[in-house]
Parts: sequence; C-alpha cells; structure tokens
Amino acid sequence: MVEEEGFRRYVAHIILWIGIAIVAFPVYIAIVASTQDNALIANGQMSLLPGGHFFEVYYQTIFVGTSGSTREPVYNMMLNSLVMALLIAVGKIAISIISAYGIVYFRFPFRMPIFWIIFITLMLPVEVRIYPTYKIVADLHMLDSYAGLALPLIASATATLLFRQFFMTVPDELLEASRIDGAGPLRFFWDTLLPLSRTNMAALFVILFILGWNQYLWPLLITTRDDMQTIQVGIRKMITTTDALTEWPVVMATAVLAMLPPVFVVVAMQKLFVRGLVETEK
Amino acid sequence: MQKQAIFQSKLLPYVLVAPQLAVVLIFFYWPALQAVIQSFLLQDAFGLSSNFVWFDNYIELFKDPAYFASIIRTFFFSFAIAVSSLSFALLLAVMADKPLRGSTLYRTLLIWPYAVAPPVVGVLWIFMLHPSLGVLARYLRGAGIDWNPLLNGDQAAALIILAAAWKQISYNFLFFLAGLQAIPKSVFEAAAIDGARPMRRFWTVTFPLLSPTIFFLLVVNIVYAFFDTFGIIDTMTRGGPGTSTVTLVYKVYSDGLLGGNLGSSAAQSVILMVMVIVLTGIQFRFVERKVTY
Repeated sequence: MVEEEGFRRYVAHIILWIGIAIVAFPVYIAIVASTQDNALIANGQMSLLPGGHFFEVYYQTIFVGTSGSTREPVYNMMLNSLVMALLIAVGKIAISIISAYGIVYFRFPFRMPIFWIIFITLMLPVEVRIYPTYKIVADLHMLDSYAGLALPLIASATATLLFRQFFMTVPDELLEASRIDGAGPLRFFWDTLLPLSRTNMAALFVILFILGWNQYLWPLLITTRDDMQTIQVGIRKMITTTDALTEWPVVMATAVLAMLPPVFVVVAMQKLFVRGLVETEK
Repeated sequence: MQKQAIFQSKLLPYVLVAPQLAVVLIFFYWPALQAVIQSFLLQDAFGLSSNFVWFDNYIELFKDPAYFASIIRTFFFSFAIAVSSLSFALLLAVMADKPLRGSTLYRTLLIWPYAVAPPVVGVLWIFMLHPSLGVLARYLRGAGIDWNPLLNGDQAAALIILAAAWKQISYNFLFFLAGLQAIPKSVFEAAAIDGARPMRRFWTVTFPLLSPTIFFLLVVNIVYAFFDTFGIIDTMTRGGPGTSTVTLVYKVYSDGLLGGNLGSSAAQSVILMVMVIVLTGIQFRFVERKVTY
C-alpha cells in the first residue's frame, strides 16, 4: 500500500465530512422546518434548531393535508406513489424476464427483429414522447388510473437486456440436466432459471422502485383527480399558491415523508442498489 | 452470441415475448410515431382541424430566437451541472478510496441523495434560498448580495444548477468510487516508487485510467440535465423569471400544455429524440468497449 501520512488522512476525513454536511444540510433544514410554527417561518425568523410542533405538523400533513390548493391528506398520496412504484417495478421485471427467456432459449421466426424492436426502446425516455403518449392513454380511458400511471413507464427495455445478458452466462449444462430430468421449458424456467435470477431481480427491483416512486412529469400530466395524485405531484401543488399562503412546515414534512421510502431502500439495500445501478446503466 | 442448448416450441416463445411487445408497441412506438406525424401538422388549439404543413413547424422553430436561446441555455445548464457535480464527486471519491477508518459509513452517508426525487430537491432548495424566508438567503443578504431568484434570471439559473448538481453528486460519487477501486493498487505503488507525489500521481495515473468512467458519466449527466431537471425547474422557478430557466424539455411541456401549440411541441420532441439517440449512440460506441468494472 502506498504511504499515507497522518496529515493527509486527516485532510481526507475532513473533506469527506464537509461533503456529507453539504449533502445533508438541505434535509436537516427540511426536518427542522417541519417542526416549527408556520408564522415564524413566514416572517423569515426560522430557527436552525428543531421546534416543538413535530406531532402537530406531521398529524396534519399525513391525515389532513394543507388548506391550500391540494386538500388531499399525504397518506393517500403516498399510497398512490407506492402502488405506482410497485406496479412499475414488478411489472417491468415480470414482462422483461419472460421476454428475455423467450429470446435467449428459443429459436423462432422473427426472433432477431423482435429483439431489435425491444432493444431500440432503450433510447427514448418518456419525456420526449409525452403528448402523444398522453393522448393514447386518454383514448384508452386510462387517465386517473394506476394502469395509466404505470404502463407507459414499463415500456422500455433496460431490464430485458439485463436478463438476456444474465441468461447468456447461465451454463448450458443446467438446461441439459433438467431436460434429462424430464423438465419442459416452463418447468426449467420456474425451477432453475428463476431461483438463479433472484439477486438480479432484487437489485433491479431496488432501482425500479426508486425510479417509479420519483416519477414526476408523467403523473403530473395524467392525474387530474386529487385523490389519484402522487406525492411528488402533490408537493408541488402545495407551493403553487401565493407565498404568503404556503404552509411551509407541512410542505417540508411532506418532503421528508416523500424522501423516506426511497432513501430507506437505498440505505438498507446498499449492496443490491449499487449492483443494480451499475448493471442497469451499462 | 447464441445459446447452444435451446428448447423447441412453436407457440411458447411468442407467448413469452407478447406482453413486452404489446406494451412497447402501444406505449412506445405508437406515441413516438405520433410525435413525428404531429410535427408535420398544423393544428388549431382545440384539435378540431389540422393541415399537413411539411417542415413548417421545424422552420418556424429554427427561426424563433426563443428556441435558439433555450438550446444554448440547456447546453449551458448541462455543462455547468456536469462539471460542478463531477468534480466535487471525484474529489469525494478519491478521498473515500483511501484506506480510512469508517469508509463504509462515509459511502452510506454520501449515496442516499440519489433516492431523492427531483421535485423534492427543488422544494428543499427553493425553501433554503427563498428571498423572504430562506435560511441561506438571509446570509446572502447579510453578505451584501441582492438575492432574489424570483426576479433575477441569472440567480434563478444558478439556483437550478446548484440544486440539480447537488442531487447528482451521489450518483457520480458511486461510479467514480467503483472506477477507482477497479484500478490495481500496484499502479500507484509503482508511481510512488518512481517518486511521484500524490497530486502528480492523481493527474498522471488516476485521471487517465479513470477517463472512460469520466466520459460515461459526462454523457449520463448530460442526459440527466436534459430530462430529470424538469421536476426541479417546475417546482423551483416554473421556467421563470421570464424564460430564464426554460430548458428544451420544459419548453416542450409549456408550449404544448400551456401554449396549446401541439405542432411546435411535437417538432421539439422529435429534435430531442434525435439528440438523445445521438447521445446514446456515443455512449454505446465509446463506453461499452472501454469501461470495465
């Protein structure tokens, strides 16, 4: 190992703590603001230490909501976000793993064209085809529905390519062995391939859940009813009123609540998260 | 790249790929095609009638100084976000790569902003730097700066760049750390034996070996700045004041939804599509071959 004098080591520690402080500061402010009195904040008198309104503010945020432009309680928004994130994560993994299985383990006419049709979808995020997609979802009567929220975001191929790559590394002997045991294609998929893919599926789930939970533009467009809006859309509606009317403690409490699930997933599943991230991006 | 051991079945493979194909065709190809068609049409705001106008929407767009300004702005934002976020993340990653006590803790404490949604990032930063009630704005005013991003376009742009770069630090940090850890330690030892001091070791050894990661992250950051900043912009400035924070994606949204100009909005979408395809192409061509973790 290269020599590291004590001094340089101290510098490294200090720089890292400065980095952590920069990264954590906005969230600290949000937590502090969510425990303080609204009038105090509106006057620009916010203290940098937590106030005494924690329970009051969070009770109002979760069960009542603001009295401004969105009167929806935040627990309902969180529920919508949760359903959407789960549908996207589970849906994408499900359709991707079976299509990758079909493409890797079978020879059939149009196999390569189908592969390319799926592959090309890697290229365009939903943002660039947003209006036509909106129109199609509207024509299919899927506005304000969970299907409308999730399906267009499932329509890309990252996960399929990942599973395809993984299946290519699975030794052929496994298939031959299960064939000798008399297993058909479905049995091989269920009993052998699926258990082997467990870690990949979990890593992908972590990434896709966060991706789904954090969606903004799409839910903003296709939800018109307040009771269908996700927390990301709800939080922005809370600050649309004129500044004087914005209930900042509630807004900050909502921000904290909106952060909790994905941050928890990242911290708890760090290994899987990093693995999933590095794999999806490649 | 084909499996030797495969199954024989006529129908099953089609059943397996059918759900994915259906979703992709209905929700990906059909709208992408619609965007292209729409970009050649001139439609009245109520969608009652439309004419085929060839490239009029595109020509109109390129004659529009506002669109040109928005292109320049988007590239400037992307560049500023990428450079500030990448350099800070690289500094942190180099420090975290050293054999320090508590390095796992450092990593955990640095990666979680990845999980914070863009609109939430926007809300956090607008609150801190809000001219009348922001905690940081207080100090800026104390330092004699006339801080009001709600009125001053340059300050609004700085705010967007700051918030967007903040969110991206963790992502860049992770990839840099992975890249650094993939460099064999013996390379550094050799350089140290040759008498290279740490700064010199960084510029002559680490930086060149890390260049594929840097390039990869540059492309990813540009794509991020193009698309994922939408939520940040929409919560913080809504494109204002004036048009000082309207990026290309925000313009597609505001021209289409607020302005009702669907033809122009679609033409903008198509131009964006081409840009993304080019960026993705670059990423595949240069990065897939070189980056190895």
